[in-house]
Amino acid sequence: MMHIKQEAEERHVLTITVDNEAGILAKIAGLFTARGYNIDSLTVADITENHAVSRITIVTHGPPSQIDQIHAQLERLVPVHKVVDLTEVGPHVARELALIKVAGLGEKRVEALRLADIFRAKAVDTTTGSFIFELTGAPDKIDTFVQLMRDLGLVEVGRTGIVAMIRGPHEA
Amino acid sequence: MTEERSGANILVESLVKQGVEFVFGYPGGAVLPIYDALFGDERLRHILVRHEAGAAHAAEGYARSTGKPGVVLVTSGPGATNAITGIADAFMDSIPLVIITGQVPTALIGSDAFQEADTVGISRHCTKHNYLVKDPADLAATIDEAFQIATSGRPGPVLIDIPKDVQIASAVWNDTPTQRRQRYAPRTEGTADEIAQAVDLIAKAKAPVLYTGGGVINSGPRATELLRELQAKTGAPVTSTLMGLGAFPADHADWLGMLGMHGTYEANLAMNQADLIVCIGARFDDRVTGRLDAFAPNSTKIHIDIDRASINKTVRVDLPIIGDCATVLDQILTLWGDRKGQDLAPWKARVEEWRGKNSLYFPLSNKAIMPQLAVQRLFELTKDKDPVISTEVGQHQMWAAQYFHFFGPNKWLTSGGLGTMGYGLPAAIGAQLGNPDSLVIDIAGDASIQMNIQELGTATQYRLPVKIFILNNEWMGMVRQWQELTYESRYSQSYSDSLPDFVKLAEAYGWKGIRIENESQLDAGIQEMIDYDGPVIVDCLVAKESNCFPMIPSGAAHTDMILYGDTVAGTMDDEAKALV
Repeated sequence: MMHIKQEAEERHVLTITVDNEAGILAKIAGLFTARGYNIDSLTVADITENHAVSRITIVTHGPPSQIDQIHAQLERLVPVHKVVDLTEVGPHVARELALIKVAGLGEKRVEALRLADIFRAKAVDTTTGSFIFELTGAPDKIDTFVQLMRDLGLVEVGRTGIVAMIRGPHEA
Repeated sequence: MTEERSGANILVESLVKQGVEFVFGYPGGAVLPIYDALFGDERLRHILVRHEAGAAHAAEGYARSTGKPGVVLVTSGPGATNAITGIADAFMDSIPLVIITGQVPTALIGSDAFQEADTVGISRHCTKHNYLVKDPADLAATIDEAFQIATSGRPGPVLIDIPKDVQIASAVWNDTPTQRRQRYAPRTEGTADEIAQAVDLIAKAKAPVLYTGGGVINSGPRATELLRELQAKTGAPVTSTLMGLGAFPADHADWLGMLGMHGTYEANLAMNQADLIVCIGARFDDRVTGRLDAFAPNSTKIHIDIDRASINKTVRVDLPIIGDCATVLDQILTLWGDRKGQDLAPWKARVEEWRGKNSLYFPLSNKAIMPQLAVQRLFELTKDKDPVISTEVGQHQMWAAQYFHFFGPNKWLTSGGLGTMGYGLPAAIGAQLGNPDSLVIDIAGDASIQMNIQELGTATQYRLPVKIFILNNEWMGMVRQWQELTYESRYSQSYSDSLPDFVKLAEAYGWKGIRIENESQLDAGIQEMIDYDGPVIVDCLVAKESNCFPMIPSGAAHTDMILYGDTVAGTMDDEAKALV
């Protein structure tokens, strides 16, 4: 009998600066599927005034040798200017935005609002029976908040995936 | 000179500017404007193939044998999808191609129009880069960049998809040099520190091996010269991958032969026992390494490669040097100067011992022509002509690699990475066009040759004197061999039933056909093929059940070679069966 072997894995945050040309996102996402790499989250938006350059943040996991290959394979793509493995480079800030809809009445509604205050979540939509909270923070903070809302009438969650940046005065 | 020209016209002018001699193509609805622009233009020679796969492989053969990029022109939809196999082949084997595909008009893209396919999407992962050009004003710069990307760094195919309206619409054309975007600049030189470390490791090695690959050929003839120089200075034995054959002369005393699955005993044992492996332009492919955890266990490894992604992909190396083979070899040689390495006599004595196994020995038969013998005789009778050899894929390919010998680069055209049956005939056509005075022979199998047999007509049309030498054993021999080794000789679908009469087929296309049925006809048949001024198919009937040895079965270590077995029956555990 043969069984598929598993290897120890690491989670890494990569930022990729690319020419904002047609099909670039498909090229990058497709590279991950074609070579069997994982995408935990992916964000993309252009970051220059003339919309010529985009920054993509990808969270991936895999064995260390695979992470190194991902880095090399991404750098090989012609429209890719730069790939930074923030997890490798050092301390960095990673932030995500989430919208969380909670419906409930009475004590549950009050409790949801109280917890939102503790987490510094902002109510961006309100009806007499519901809230949409906007919460920004590290992914585990959002996880925790969502977990707490489950008992208080959680309806749905939308998350952006993270954007991340190296700490300190310099570009990574 | 500045004027308005149609997109199709700008394309043609740009190709001429790039120095393109041949365009391998097939017309169709979405490229009609380009074909009209080509009409009567004497500066480019269009080679009309019979199937778009043939166009891509012919362009590969041209590129591999001349060192220049091959150009392909096909229509949208099926034209593009038919070419994909050749594009994927070029991607795996690092062959510089520029492929122009027609596309339905911009306004119809995405509407499931007639002969529409998402060519950019389909080719995304088998091209080095691809483009959809939506404005004729972008064409000149795009083509310029495409040629740069295809031919520099690790070479590869670059595809340009051009909608029909973009071919017809006009834009400003001027014949001044194009302002190129400076965004692709692969690293070509090693750092001083890397070179110093490499020299130091080579100087200290007592059992070094130079393990060379297709990168040495791609780097250009200078890389082959420098490789020979480095070998002469260090005395290290040299082995090569399938793709690298010809970079080092096969009659040299320190030539070990090809390594890997069907490599020689001495090459594989030397890799296994080496204390230093200098990998130059090769990529530790699974055909080469065998079982990874047993691969060259006690060696320090230096890896010179222009593609950073090839480094540490399967095998961890101690000293990676990202750079062009010729440049890095030059750097190493400069620093090496008049240094003396270690005394390699004891190491070479061991190599000679392994060589003594004579792993390419094969038993002769008095009943049938052994395929190995046929290749040996073909080599002996043609070697003075320095021929260009292409192959299809299978047993005949491995026998050609083992028993045909090469002395210079760009003479050996084979589908190594993708393993594409049907590569050899169109590749020979491309090579013959690029080398009009050379003897070009496609060593083929009876199954493979049928995969692009329609290209016989292309050779006829352009009066190309290519030769096809079929080792006809009436089997998909390599499939049968694996079925013997792994599936207790259950020959599922591997018999070549209903083969055509290849001699009559040759004649039907205006070729000469020669059949060789027994050993007494072998030399005369080969000689007749060489002497005939025109295309020839030789149908050489060989021993039906010969297998290709030596062999390292999938999942085995270099030390577990099967030597000169003639027929082997057996099975494997599931772990081994699951390997390619």
